[in-house]
Amino acid sequence: MYETSYHRAESVEEAAKKMGTAEGGKYVAGGQTLIPTMKQRLASPDALIDLRHIPDMKGISINGKDVRIGAATTHAEVASSADLDAVCPGIASLAGHIGDPHVRHMGTIGGSIANNDPAADYPAAMLALGAAIHTNKREIAAGDFFAGMFETALEEDEIITAVSFTAPEKCAYSKFPNPASRYAMAGVFVARTGDDVRVAVTGAGMDGVFRWEEAESALGSNFAASALEGLAVNEGEMLSDIHGSAEYRANLVKVMAMRAIAEAG
Amino acid sequence: MSKVEMTVNGRSVSGDVEDRTLLVHFLREHLGLTGTHVGCDTSQCGACVVHVDGKAVKSCTMLAAQAARAEVTTIEGLAAGGELHPVQAAFKEHHGLQCGFCTPGMIMAAVDMINRHSGKLDEKTVRAELEGNICRCTGYHNIVKAVLAATEQMGGAAKVAAE
Repeated sequence: MYETSYHRAESVEEAAKKMGTAEGGKYVAGGQTLIPTMKQRLASPDALIDLRHIPDMKGISINGKDVRIGAATTHAEVASSADLDAVCPGIASLAGHIGDPHVRHMGTIGGSIANNDPAADYPAAMLALGAAIHTNKREIAAGDFFAGMFETALEEDEIITAVSFTAPEKCAYSKFPNPASRYAMAGVFVARTGDDVRVAVTGAGMDGVFRWEEAESALGSNFAASALEGLAVNEGEMLSDIHGSAEYRANLVKVMAMRAIAEAG
Repeated sequence: MSKVEMTVNGRSVSGDVEDRTLLVHFLREHLGLTGTHVGCDTSQCGACVVHVDGKAVKSCTMLAAQAARAEVTTIEGLAAGGELHPVQAAFKEHHGLQCGFCTPGMIMAAVDMINRHSGKLDEKTVRAELEGNICRCTGYHNIVKAVLAATEQMGGAAKVAAE
């Protein structure tokens, strides 16, 4: 790891101020991607501004169907929230299958979304749930937030403070994890409220997370796994690497979508 | 360089370290607590697992500065009064190790999972919970056996204490 300097912020304002005065600074939340990346010298921020100790950015609040999750809430906290599991089981289950138990104790929802790894789980949930991403400057709809592989609508010094969404009537997430990394080879989040169905796919698309609109309209009139028979995502838009070909991933997307529909019920 | 202060195994410690120092290196090189191992150094193997504020984390994937002012427990902090912790005793009893390199992380992960599941664990859950700890010798069978035995013993002990 190249040299860096560490700065802990106690509030969102203090974090933004520290970023303003630091040269080459980067925010760190749980650090479960950033620290390994720095160890490999693929990232070399001169300053790290730690967001993990900001009380306003932590915790889950639920009011009826309205859910708000602080950006510094860990995957373990999301996975173990019985209240969240009761209104939106898909996101609790998703969080419980990120990485491993030790990673889940550190990694945060805000960090995952801000990084927008094309194989991360949370972006699929945000897109399928039609979540709002709250920052210290504005509110961004999930559909406008994810802008391709590792790209988001965030400005350099902007901080995600929370995400919010209205829990759907039914939802589920199904992923085929890479056996070594546990990142999604394909992960599909399905959310349904009435005849409004959203299907978001991570791990498979060349441009990162995306909505499978053809499946959404088929499921709107018939919410059953069989509704996807005869449909296929475009192989030309799928990732192809040593872990799996585009053709294989396209098939995985369909299988994971069918499993998620069956689980959502 | 920054001064980092934390509580390790109940003892207040401090050290002047470069900000880029990983928690595992602070523990091993500055405090001499070499029970915590560096295996893969890429967040995969779990040999470096310690508890920070009561939660299992990978100390190769955290800066010492991130753990400043926290309570850290390492494998050296488990045994009390010369008696092995029940999980350590169960690993010995059930031969839950061969070369022993992964063992400190396995035991710290096991203590954490037993705490989180309130002493109720079955084989499937133990195997799923061990996802972040890699052992290349045992095939996991005796590790799982040891964790289940320790769970029973600790649950039993808690019941006795509660009565």
